[in-house]
Amino acid sequence: MRLAFRKPRWWRGRSLVIGTPFLWMALFFLAPFLVVLKISLSQMGMVAVEDMVKVADGVVQVALKYSNYLFLTEDERYVGAYLTSLKYAALTTFCCLFIGYPFAYFMARARASLQPTLLMLVMLPFWTSFLLRVYAWKGLLDEGGLVAQALTALGVDHVLLMMGAIEAADRYMHTPFSLVVGMTYTYLPFMVLPLYASLSKMDLRLLEAAADLGATPWVAFWKITVPLSKAGIIAGSMLVFIPCVGEFVTPELLGGPRTLMIGRVLWDEFFANNDWPMASTVAVVLVLLIVVPLAIFNKYQAEAQEKRA
Amino acid sequence: MSRAVFNDRFAAAFGKGWLVTGFLFLYLPMITLIIYSFNASPLPSVWGGFTFEWYGKLLDDHEILAGLWLSVKIAFLSACLSVLFGLLAAFALVKYKRFSGRTLFSGMVNAPLVMPEVIQGVSLLLLLVSVQKAVGFPERGMMTILLGHSVMGLAYAAVVISARLQDLPPQLEEAAMDLGARPWQVFHLVTLPMISQSLASAWLLTFSLSLDDVVVTAFLNGPGSTTLPLVIFSRARLGLSPSINAVATLIIVVVAVCVTLASILLARAERRRAAEISAAQRSNP
Repeated sequence: MRLAFRKPRWWRGRSLVIGTPFLWMALFFLAPFLVVLKISLSQMGMVAVEDMVKVADGVVQVALKYSNYLFLTEDERYVGAYLTSLKYAALTTFCCLFIGYPFAYFMARARASLQPTLLMLVMLPFWTSFLLRVYAWKGLLDEGGLVAQALTALGVDHVLLMMGAIEAADRYMHTPFSLVVGMTYTYLPFMVLPLYASLSKMDLRLLEAAADLGATPWVAFWKITVPLSKAGIIAGSMLVFIPCVGEFVTPELLGGPRTLMIGRVLWDEFFANNDWPMASTVAVVLVLLIVVPLAIFNKYQAEAQEKRA
Repeated sequence: MSRAVFNDRFAAAFGKGWLVTGFLFLYLPMITLIIYSFNASPLPSVWGGFTFEWYGKLLDDHEILAGLWLSVKIAFLSACLSVLFGLLAAFALVKYKRFSGRTLFSGMVNAPLVMPEVIQGVSLLLLLVSVQKAVGFPERGMMTILLGHSVMGLAYAAVVISARLQDLPPQLEEAAMDLGARPWQVFHLVTLPMISQSLASAWLLTFSLSLDDVVVTAFLNGPGSTTLPLVIFSRARLGLSPSINAVATLIIVVVAVCVTLASILLARAERRRAAEISAAQRSNP
């Protein structure tokens, strides 16, 4: 008697449900990375990328050009751009955290009836075009713009000049300052939402217990609230940091010559220089740079799903 | 005044102040965009008087109108595709706890949320060009843009839908299965109605993301397939232009009205559902 495992009928449905998006993403998200890796090791021909494997005179020739990677390490422009990107992404993350944490905290502590409205008000800018909002900052920070005039009137430009965030007094556009303002503005909702989700789930009785045990509100905040919202802090920080490293639009519209970021370098290599292998090399190294934060983010997502289950 | 009360009042005032300043920061750019769209002078520093001139010019601006139409078409299709695949992916991740390749699957579904768009654009374009060299298809254009947007949208849709799926009480589906329903019936008679709201909000989210996308579209577009964000971006690079303000105001107003309406409708549906549930509980002793 032969024992065979006959797959039950629901197996087919299950394979379809898992397989369809799996195939879709594997084809159009994962496979492209392999193509990028391959092209980063290729030579650029006159019009298109040369083939890697050539057959000539009965000899199969495989050409792996790794000089692109060497060039990356040698040329200061690339190394500088990577470091600049990491620097401004970290700065933006910090600013978003600084502004966003109290924001999320007081939202979570607001009246329960008010919270959905507050949430909607935070999400509304996110739904409108981010390109237009970044463009709006161009108008605000340009000479004669509202914010530029206000900052000069308050004397903030001297502080910024000392910090090195702007080049000359009253010139706020195309400076590190305008870049960080623009990026913080764009990514603030990404920081506020996970923080709010984390903080609103907190059990307020823990704070009461801390007060009963003699802790001041300030101490209770640092010893109880902040550690409990750690998951939200990590999620928000990753949601801001990782995309910021590769940002292109905001540095292009609001940044200046001192804020050359790697997104712009990749764009130029691709569109201006038409050097696809170089652009691919830049992309591969960029992915390697963010692979650690990416792994942290993935781990957090998986853990969050486990916890809810 | 005891220290605790002082701290409380200070905290409350500080909180209100921080929230108000924060919301001002968030909304100031949008409000100025709207105001300056009526400015007769093209410079934001000079107020030239109130005018509808820029809106009139918009009607003759074929580049913007064509871009808007194309963007809406792509956004509509991309939202449908994203929600379809996102629903499958969310379902797979929430309902099936163990299957081979689950970590990879989860990574692939979550990665587009954070992966910089330049990387997504460059990689997808290089893949499509390689495929085109091999089989002569697809041409860069609306289809390729649609593809790129759908891949990005899947991640967002999956997050929204899986959040709702996880919060669902399993008892209803189990009860349906106890009563003899097949998996497909359980899905479309029980699960689907319960997640319909999150499907709608996932659709709207991916619609607006696609409508607004610049970088991936720039890599994947072809001749004749310029979307509205690309038009705006190329003009914005050159400098300030009042016609952009007019488009911006229209977009902001439309979005604000839709989001507010959606919130009100959602709140009303929520209240109605809570009322129904409490009525059902009261009738069952």
